[in-house]
Amino acid sequence: MKFATLLRKAPEWMIHDGPHRDIVLTSRIRLARNLDGSTFPGYARKDDRVALMTALQPKIESLPEMKDSFSEDLGNLDAIRKQALVEKHLISREHAAKAGGSAAVINREQSLSIMINEEDHLRMQSIRSGLDLRAAFAALDRVDTELDGLVNYAFDQRYGYLTACPTNLGTGMRASAMLHLPGLVLSDQVNQVITAVNKIGLAVRGLYGEGTEALANLFQISNQHTLGEREGDIIARLEKVIEQVIGHEQNARKKLLEDAPHKVLDHVGRAYATLCFAHILESKEALTHLSMLRMGCDLGMFPGMEAKLIDTLLVEIQPAHLQIGAQRKLNAEERDILRAEVLRRRLAGFPEPKTDVAAGPPPEDPPLI
Amino acid sequence: MFCDVCKQKKASVFLTQINKGEMHKVNLCEGCSKEKGVTDPLGFGLAEALQTFSHGEKIASQPQERACPACGMPQATFRKSGRFGCPRCYVTFADGLDSLLKAMHKDTRHIGKVPATAVAAAPDYTVKLEELRKAQEQAVADEKFEEAARLRDEIRQISEKVNE
Repeated sequence: MKFATLLRKAPEWMIHDGPHRDIVLTSRIRLARNLDGSTFPGYARKDDRVALMTALQPKIESLPEMKDSFSEDLGNLDAIRKQALVEKHLISREHAAKAGGSAAVINREQSLSIMINEEDHLRMQSIRSGLDLRAAFAALDRVDTELDGLVNYAFDQRYGYLTACPTNLGTGMRASAMLHLPGLVLSDQVNQVITAVNKIGLAVRGLYGEGTEALANLFQISNQHTLGEREGDIIARLEKVIEQVIGHEQNARKKLLEDAPHKVLDHVGRAYATLCFAHILESKEALTHLSMLRMGCDLGMFPGMEAKLIDTLLVEIQPAHLQIGAQRKLNAEERDILRAEVLRRRLAGFPEPKTDVAAGPPPEDPPLI
Repeated sequence: MFCDVCKQKKASVFLTQINKGEMHKVNLCEGCSKEKGVTDPLGFGLAEALQTFSHGEKIASQPQERACPACGMPQATFRKSGRFGCPRCYVTFADGLDSLLKAMHKDTRHIGKVPATAVAAAPDYTVKLEELRKAQEQAVADEKFEEAARLRDEIRQISEKVNE
């Protein structure tokens, strides 16, 4: 598959509706694996990395799951193209920083992506729509078992799968879900939830993983520990916590509609107006408004419209996607203008927000006069 | 006394660290100490500092710091980066690894998936070594010194085999 096709095609998770799709955008599983007897990519010499990649890439391409995949040496992709893969969550930011000697193999559905020579020899990822960690794991586990038949993994009876960083040791598995939590953010409860989640050994991160900001009210919840717990148990524990967070978010939205319906209508209305009529939009502002529009969809304020379009836009308005669309390098100002243009065009068919959905009981506080 | 790094200002921070039987001393001025991140003497890798600016005074020298026989990574590099060089590093730098892992993970023993190739794999030296070390400690505690000596030799033999 060519890069252009990969970029044009919507990933499977965006088209399908997984469980709790309104709040959970995606579920992801990542496995870290290394080859026995080979120096980890971060300490290996370039020719060793190239040799390992050259040997590994065809094996991965030969897997039935990776038929007609996009498979490329990162040395052959420019910075913007690599960045576009990051924006689509197909490779990590760390991987995008690599050049020759590292590669990415991505299946047609964009549900499986395998990074060669990231921090570990292999970083394999499976992504699913909604809260569906088990399905994501099952798919990746199959790939992992198949590859196990073709290569010799670095494994130790005591420590499990050996990884460059001891924080990934054991299962080498990071399970995560991307949650949209505007209700908890608007009602100032999100920090409490994050603290509680952190306390039980789970991590909360921003839109693009470690060290990134929680843009568009999107939060990733993932396991911290990889050693001393079975894969299935890690997933079950994470699932339970995510279901609780979903419950909190639903409550928060309900309460906002009851207590401050005008506040909710105002946020969604302003977001709609800005996105449909603005001519200059910075990334952060656009993402914040898209989050409100998405919440409006969930609350039934845009009948017949699906949150999927907004999820697509979250990716489409990112810098690398804009520049590939424009077929040239754009500076920040030019991007902000193009971003607004794309949004106005894509939201042209979006109906005005309904205002009667939020009509709940009258506010409890007596009027001031 | 002048600073070991800039050799211009007066030293006001005096550090002594004993690491793997080697004692190091470094004298730094306030500016250089801040620059080198010497806010917490425990977190400051003196050995590393000595290697990078090599002005320190070595007092008692013992065998050099270990490096992994497979990939050549010195232990200091691991301390600095937090990343190992190759799978073998887990054996080479096994000392103290468990306490590090305990702080990071739920447990220090893997109980998840096992690759098909490893099911019928060769004897696992790390597990064996740990068992022997425990037995040795017990023997010392029971004052069975002959037994302890025998175990010590066996541990040495296996360690050498692993590091070959």
